[in-house]
Amino acid sequence: MSEVRPLLEVRGLSMAFGGLRALHDLDLEVSCGEIVALIGPNGAGKTTFFNCLTGVYAPSAGDILLNRPDGKALRLNGLLPNQITKHGLARTFQNIRLFSEMTVLENVMIGCHCRHRAGILGAILRGPATRAEEAAIIDKSYTILQHLRIAQYANDVAKSLPYGVQRTLEIARALATEPVLLLLDEPAAGLNPTETSELDALILQIRERYRLAILLIEHDMKLVMSLSDRIYVVDYGERIAQGTPAEIRNNPAVIKAYLGEDDA
Amino acid sequence: MEYFLELFFSGLTRGSIYALIALGYTMVYGIIGLINFAHGEIYMIGAFTALICATVLTIWGLPPLAVLGLSAFAAIIWSAAYGLTVERIAYRPLRHAPRLSPLISAIGMSIFLQNYVLLAQTADFVSFPALIPDFAWLEPYRSIIGSSDLVILLTTAVVMLLLTILIKGTKIGRAMRATAQDREMALLLGIDVNLVISVTFVIGSALAAIGGVLIASHIGQINFAIGFLAGIKAFTAAVLGGIGSVPGAVLGSLLLGWTESFATGYISSDYEDVFAFALLVLILIFRPSGILGRHHNQKV
Repeated sequence: MSEVRPLLEVRGLSMAFGGLRALHDLDLEVSCGEIVALIGPNGAGKTTFFNCLTGVYAPSAGDILLNRPDGKALRLNGLLPNQITKHGLARTFQNIRLFSEMTVLENVMIGCHCRHRAGILGAILRGPATRAEEAAIIDKSYTILQHLRIAQYANDVAKSLPYGVQRTLEIARALATEPVLLLLDEPAAGLNPTETSELDALILQIRERYRLAILLIEHDMKLVMSLSDRIYVVDYGERIAQGTPAEIRNNPAVIKAYLGEDDA
Repeated sequence: MEYFLELFFSGLTRGSIYALIALGYTMVYGIIGLINFAHGEIYMIGAFTALICATVLTIWGLPPLAVLGLSAFAAIIWSAAYGLTVERIAYRPLRHAPRLSPLISAIGMSIFLQNYVLLAQTADFVSFPALIPDFAWLEPYRSIIGSSDLVILLTTAVVMLLLTILIKGTKIGRAMRATAQDREMALLLGIDVNLVISVTFVIGSALAAIGGVLIASHIGQINFAIGFLAGIKAFTAAVLGGIGSVPGAVLGSLLLGWTESFATGYISSDYEDVFAFALLVLILIFRPSGILGRHHNQKV
């Protein structure tokens, strides 16, 4: 039997904005069920990397390959964001981007959109199939809210929620797209220590329940060190280190990237 | 009192028609931030399609209500096809262009469609058959409300109700609201934004077509340029109510309809448009985002 290929394979990914090289020849792999962290100083290109993965930016060079657990393998670069979501990538944002005027439940229901097939005609005629599907979407969304323990907010308008709940809701919405790989962009940003440790437990629980891999960008090193199976460190768009949390902690290059070079 | 009621209902009828057209402006604006200046022409095309159909069907000897239904149906399909095509060829290629480009493209489309109908049909006013029969039971109230007013009001009410259900309670409606709030996020959640935009144009055009058929039958004559003034008025109504807001468009339309109707009735019909646009100017001075429009903070 051939070797098992990692879920996500990124090969030589480069992204340039005019003369600015945001990412340069970056390699990265995420296997099924793994939690991988991407860390690096501000402006290192981490969010740009997520934008390339999800199709918001078209990378200048390199390959993004997704080997789905069901055996389908595809190249993601060149696809539109909605197609990439359909293939199983979902993400959250550094600055929360909920549909703030909609209810919590509706936000999650939007996430279900791409997995259900009721057409426009169905929406107008509202036959039994459409209604059954609508009920199924509501059920599924509500179940996700229950798993993340925010079901009590289901009918509240998203913008009225406490900050921590908004963060959780973003994750719930991403889960509704049924991803195989979940990308979390600074999920702990703005959370207090208690909320952060709850998030830690929540992320592990999500991995178990939804059987997915997680790639996260995070500045909270305590969270990163406790959650991650492996860590990639980028600086100025280049990969400067990778390894287990223990290896990264003792890597002088990483410390140097964060603290700056000693010129003396 | 009776005169007041008459003006009230004629304003309501007018407002309903404006609302049917204004919804197309406001929905398209809500989703892609474009003022679709060709929208009035879609309404005009709806009226012409209905006229052609009605003529043929009447020759075949169908009863008036069947003629009305079938012509309206044909007008909806044909206008929707036009709306879809206009979006596809004039706006979609400019999706990422500066804001001014699709606006100019829209004005170009408007001029093109007017002249196309001018050449293909005629420059003169053509008479439109009164497809809405006079209901005998409405006779005692004739001075207050005519049967075509009644049909217009009921049709509009039903259409609004269906539209509300579509937007609030269905999957495509949810996708539309999501796209309006944050297009990029909608895309990232797997929504086919291009499809949502097409659907929005189809719905807007269908509503305009219904408006076109009803008003043509009510007034009794049409020509190639009716879309211009109707478009401007409906646009005014949409801005009044707060462009981008669906209930706002309806509210603005009714307000505009009553303003025109009462100004005509109590002052002079010469000043109808003066009052309509004075109302717009006042709203823009004191509440620039419209009655129900929300002030949007610029995202950093």
